Amino acid sequence: MAEKLKVGAYWAASCGGCDVSTLDIHEKILDLIQLVDFVFWPVAMDFKYKDVEAMEDGFMDLCLFNGAIRNEENEHMAKLLRKKSKVLVAFGSCAHMGGIPGLANFHNRDEIFQYVYKDSPSISNPDSIVPQTKYKVDEGEIEIPEFYNTVKSLDQVVDVDYYVPGCPPAPHQIWGVLEAVATNNLPPKGSVVGADDRALCEECPREISERCVDGFIRPHMKIPEKDKCLVEQGIFCMGSATRAGCGARCIKCNLPCRGCYGPLPGVMDQGAKICSALASVIKADTPEGVQKVLDTLPDPAGYFYRFGLPKSLLHRRLDNAPESPDEN
Amino acid sequence: MSFEPKIVGILCNWCSYTGADLAGTSRMKYLPNVRVVRVMCSGRVDPTFVLKALAEGADGVLIAGCHPGDCHYDNGNIKTMRRMPLLEKMLGQFGIEPERVRLEWVSASEGEKFKEVVDDMTEKIRKLGPLNALNKSGVAKIRAETRKEVA
Ligand code: FES
Repeated sequence: MAEKLKVGAYWAASCGGCDVSTLDIHEKILDLIQLVDFVFWPVAMDFKYKDVEAMEDGFMDLCLFNGAIRNEENEHMAKLLRKKSKVLVAFGSCAHMGGIPGLANFHNRDEIFQYVYKDSPSISNPDSIVPQTKYKVDEGEIEIPEFYNTVKSLDQVVDVDYYVPGCPPAPHQIWGVLEAVATNNLPPKGSVVGADDRALCEECPREISERCVDGFIRPHMKIPEKDKCLVEQGIFCMGSATRAGCGARCIKCNLPCRGCYGPLPGVMDQGAKICSALASVIKADTPEGVQKVLDTLPDPAGYFYRFGLPKSLLHRRLDNAPESPDEN
Repeated sequence: MSFEPKIVGILCNWCSYTGADLAGTSRMKYLPNVRVVRVMCSGRVDPTFVLKALAEGADGVLIAGCHPGDCHYDNGNIKTMRRMPLLEKMLGQFGIEPERVRLEWVSASEGEKFKEVVDDMTEKIRKLGPLNALNKSGVAKIRAETRKEVA
């Protein structure tokens, strides 16, 4: 029998859902174990960073990296794992496009610390203690990784071979990806794998009638009709600007698509595309009328870039970005 | 050196581009800050164009088309009228001032209006200062990396 593939998996700034999704391949996990050896997977088994450091360069055949680059440690691990793996995969929305943590790019470090450590209603911090990267104690100086102003996707710090989108990636797609690596059936470098090249609307079972709307509502405000297009019911859905491949999971639960599979091939900016698509259903022919409809959409940028702000054309909010180009 | 804004002007072929042409052939003097790109209809202006211009060094973007009712493709400009306010609202959340992205209706005979719009927009952006999206922290490095990839 051929030697088993050596596989690593790592989580940077992420929730752990991608790792759970890997386990959701269910009994296929037994087939998986026949194919691969996990040589690094901190969420499931006990490994230390020094185990990775001790590996030869290119030791791992495949590394599934989930999570965004939020701090110095994430970046360090990304660089280390890049060196140690033959194939590095940006696994899940956060590594692919920055994901939910990427929404922090509407703020900067100071604003986030101010809220999290001082203003948040659930915090009591009378001495206004805020984390610092270095601190002197009797035993010497201790250090923690630096928290960045700007969240990045994995490919913004290291070279990435493949992308597997999704928050989290659908289990059947994960299996497909593992099989492709095991059988050496790999597409050209830089491809998005485990997803379609069409929009989610093509996979969507709902009916469209080209109806326009005079206002938008949020998903919790009404139970949508099951077989009609959500946008035409005034519910903001990312489907038309998002890759298919997830199996329309949210749509089938009567919820709108939130865009986690990312932009279609050739699209530079997912938000720009959905902006165009959504504007086309506005029922108004005067600037005032348009404004009235837009008043019902409180946070367009937050909706449009829910999973992809760091990978968008602007990457972050500009007026609160630190001026020095060298600061992270 | 005083700051001179770079403005990208995206003008529809049938009205606004002709209007700008009229301003030129009538030898009207207007500020030279707008770089003009001609499109067939203002409805062709994908929000991506605006974002890309701003991301790559423009301080403002002017979009001009036929007056409502006059679009040569029936309703392209009505679509623009719905799309641009949504884009502007979104750009506000990126910290980009509304004065930097402007939608105007300029007909083929309105050379004078084109001149006024350009002068006024340039003046307003001069006051705002550079957008400088290129040099902001982290972002500059990300851009440098992305460019390398494309090259
Ligand atoms: S042709 Fe001028 S706006 Fe459509």
